[in-house]
Amino acid sequence: MPITKDAFEAQVLEILGRLHGVAMRLTRNEADAEDLVADTIVRAWRARESLATPEAFRAWIFRILNNTFISDRRRTAARGQMEPLVDVDVDDERPFSMFERLHQPFLLWFGNPEQELLDKLMREDIDRALAELPEYYRVVVVLADMEELKYGEIAEALQIPVGTVRSRLARARAALQEALWTVARDRGLLIPHAPKR
Amino acid sequence: MDVNDIGCEQALKRIFEFIDRELGDEDRGAVERHLHACRSCLSRMEFERALKDRLHALSRGDVPSRALDRIKALIQDF
Repeated sequence: MPITKDAFEAQVLEILGRLHGVAMRLTRNEADAEDLVADTIVRAWRARESLATPEAFRAWIFRILNNTFISDRRRTAARGQMEPLVDVDVDDERPFSMFERLHQPFLLWFGNPEQELLDKLMREDIDRALAELPEYYRVVVVLADMEELKYGEIAEALQIPVGTVRSRLARARAALQEALWTVARDRGLLIPHAPKR
Repeated sequence: MDVNDIGCEQALKRIFEFIDRELGDEDRGAVERHLHACRSCLSRMEFERALKDRLHALSRGDVPSRALDRIKALIQDF
């Protein structure tokens, strides 16, 4: 039996914060995020018979949100209005790693530098770094880390091979860490403290 | 030493797949054994996992009241 309207509304309202949060990071724009969530909810209601069990609601509606975003983007890209969701050639020889940077001997941190930096980084810093990524990287990070999808699910959503998900995600995370490093440097968070006496 | 034991380079190559729970039992076991024995790789794994957790936490947030009203009105019309 398909989900009732009341149950549908209750489930939507319970996860609306997450839907909106993910939509904001995908679109980087409040108005577009609102439209994406609204469009997702309309499509979900129309497709309610495809919801297998009430427990599957969260994964089901996020899949609709992802598909809605990706198909909208493909249409826009096909009209030449935005860059397509494809990779660019990059040098993978030495991917950027915040951890490795923090452990360079000349920085002379004491204690646990990576924990110290994580404690100082604010939600806005991480958001800013994420927003700076090109879309083909940002989307894969949102799907893997914000939504915690499996590589196979990301491959299905983006219609790319699993091996491409793996390599794109690795490059995207390196790019994110590089952007986050710049944010941290600009905020003066990369100055080591002397040990407490 | 187990024949499946790996060094730091191999462990770090698989660290994200380990965190993302994408490794099969054998590879996962090999990375776990390495992490038990190597403090530096363990710290690296914990850092990468903490960063993933911080990204996941971005999806928790308040919905602007205008968006909430819009969604409620939308569902009323179904």
